[in-house]
Amino acid sequence: MKDRSVILGLILLAPIILFSTAHAGEGIPDPRAGWNELWHELMIDITLIGLVFAGVTVYFMVRYKRQRPDEEGGSFKLTPLGAFGWTLIPAFIFMADDIFLAAKNFELWNDYRNVPENAYVVEVEAYMWGWNVKYPDEGIEVNNEMYVPQGRPIMVRLTSRDVVHSFFIPDFRVKWDALPGRTTYLWFYPKERGEHVMTCTEYCGLLHSNMYGKIKVISQDEFSSWIEKNKKEGGAV
Amino acid sequence: MSVSVESLNYQSRFSLKEWIFTTDHKRIGVLYLIGSFAAFFLAGLMAMLMRTELSSIGPTITENPNTYNVWLYFHGAAMILGYQIPALTGFFANYYVPLMIGAKDVAFPRLNALSVWLFWMGIVLALLTFVIPDPPDIMWTGYPPYSTMTPGNTALYTFTVLLIGFSSIAGGVNFLTTIMYMRAPGVTWNKLNVFIWCILAAFIIQLIFVPVLGVAVTMLSLDKYLGTNFFNAAMGGDPLIYQNLFWFYSHPAVYVILLPAMGLIYEIIATFSRNSIFNYKGILYGGIWGVVLLGGIVWAHHLYIAGIPDWMALVHVFLTLLISVPVGLMMVGLVGTLYRGSIEYKTPMLYAIGFIFLFLIGGLTGIPNAMSAIYIHITETYWIPGHFHYVMAISVTTAIIGGTYYVFPKLTGRMYHEGLGKLGFFIFFIGVNITFFLTLLMGVKGMPRRYYDYPQFPELEGIQQITTYGSYLIFVSAVIILVSWIHGLVAGEKAPQNPWGSRSLEWTHAPSPPPPGNFPRKLELTEEWSPYNYGS
Repeated sequence: MKDRSVILGLILLAPIILFSTAHAGEGIPDPRAGWNELWHELMIDITLIGLVFAGVTVYFMVRYKRQRPDEEGGSFKLTPLGAFGWTLIPAFIFMADDIFLAAKNFELWNDYRNVPENAYVVEVEAYMWGWNVKYPDEGIEVNNEMYVPQGRPIMVRLTSRDVVHSFFIPDFRVKWDALPGRTTYLWFYPKERGEHVMTCTEYCGLLHSNMYGKIKVISQDEFSSWIEKNKKEGGAV
Repeated sequence: MSVSVESLNYQSRFSLKEWIFTTDHKRIGVLYLIGSFAAFFLAGLMAMLMRTELSSIGPTITENPNTYNVWLYFHGAAMILGYQIPALTGFFANYYVPLMIGAKDVAFPRLNALSVWLFWMGIVLALLTFVIPDPPDIMWTGYPPYSTMTPGNTALYTFTVLLIGFSSIAGGVNFLTTIMYMRAPGVTWNKLNVFIWCILAAFIIQLIFVPVLGVAVTMLSLDKYLGTNFFNAAMGGDPLIYQNLFWFYSHPAVYVILLPAMGLIYEIIATFSRNSIFNYKGILYGGIWGVVLLGGIVWAHHLYIAGIPDWMALVHVFLTLLISVPVGLMMVGLVGTLYRGSIEYKTPMLYAIGFIFLFLIGGLTGIPNAMSAIYIHITETYWIPGHFHYVMAISVTTAIIGGTYYVFPKLTGRMYHEGLGKLGFFIFFIGVNITFFLTLLMGVKGMPRRYYDYPQFPELEGIQQITTYGSYLIFVSAVIILVSWIHGLVAGEKAPQNPWGSRSLEWTHAPSPPPPGNFPRKLELTEEWSPYNYGS
């Protein structure tokens, strides 16, 4: 029985040993890359745990199938020491994995919550059912569109005009709730030019699923001229 | 209550008056069963409608998003409040607790009758959703300020929750007293069925936390109809207070549902493996009570991005991850009970084995949700319904359906058709895995939940369609299951007292079906007696 505990322990600890070496990143961290990396590790971790349980279950299912109608199980009883072992050892294995995951999470969470100093600030006010995007330094306002310069961290300050909404950019792995009466924030790091969906993920009534817009990542030069153009026109609402 | 001549005619005469005024725990259980399965089929129908709507982009069967939102509200509220909690803490608790502990009835039979009728009032109130012109569209969570601003009827939600909440509190008082004081001589604490421990734990959670939900939903209606400002930010209130109160109850509520379901699976696995519970005390004190202790201090993992302080999120990350310890111990106990057993694959056992696999997926896909940074991307996407359908909706339904097959001979005095039962299981198992595994995948791709339409995600239309087909399989299986029960009820063979060869009191000492008072003879249990005393 003890041997089995050790083997089980090693199998469950394998992901921890495997991934404690994997680490990367200099300069400004990119939450999207961090998320993808941790997600990948996490999927391997939970798949392994699942396979151990499922494998043992399938083995028992086949091995202990009833052979005769009068056959009985129940000849196996744990000793008090065995019972302690089978409680504490699995508990410590699960706890070890928990602590490992909590530590990994702590790192990534800090990347998400600490906005880089050179971030470009955009303000978003959510309303039923759309996004009002403001560029506070330039005095520009647009609806359901957000132009951002490539290669610069973007900080979004969120608030809501009416009910609770949630601002989600699936491609950048960021999302945060927008509440009436307070300001929250998130940041993301668009490194390439392109278009991305921003959409609402907190149920807000009739047109909740139609509350979406586009994020357009353009080059620094294009962004500067976009700012100039809209400044002259006094906003593009 | 003594066993009289009347008990001999217990099954043969049907009197509506007797059913309405009954205080017999088995009949009250059946009333819960009918109500909860009615809620299940109606809420399931809503799910079919929603899945059909989602099978293509743009309007499919309704052009009004509000209709979809009302379906979704009803689906969530009815499945949790009308089906799962009443089926487990109503039907199974009522039916099994007195029988398993060797009691004639519950401690307060009339309070028990009040419980079931409060529950039925709640069901009727919930059904008004389809009658009134302004049905609630606030999801089962009812977050303000939306719920206090919507033209939908928030009061209906408030009062449905309050009625079913009162029913639960009365049930909690009743079953705690029954389990503590009405065990037959010889049924000691450390010999109780695992299911009884789970019911005890579930009702302790209900008694502590239901009042909090009651307060929260009452404040909602006060805000909406009487002009208070608990949740109105413009007047100094805070919508986050509601979210905290709501999840302070509704996360533990997950365990109110999970624990009795686990308990049922333990009973089924022990019986069909003819085996004692693996590490009984470990899963009892580490598993069940671990869940109760941790369950109440992890609610903020529903609020990581809702505007709570960052440090609070980090504390709850760790606490929430720790839930894997007691739940993992309970899984070790389940799988361990198969070890050196003698396993027979009757329909209830297939469901129990199915539970292990479905719950594994459900439990493990919960780990990412506990991690605040990972949660940022997957929360409020299809990942979340994918996860909780596996861990709660589907696993627990597996336990409820498997448990119903298991209790069927005792409950009706007849056997169900084994072939139909197994057919239903396999279609069910395939259907749920198609539907909800794809739901998980769409979540990772960023598909938000509670969407009537998804023009911004055109690439997901194909997966959405297959998911819909999967859900039709679930519907087919539900019909087969229902047919197998009706067939068994009408044309099934007469059931013996103990068709499964179980050692638990309800099978060894009570006839099928048990008469009022349950046990024809006084129970005399030996030192060696235990509900899991196999192989001796």
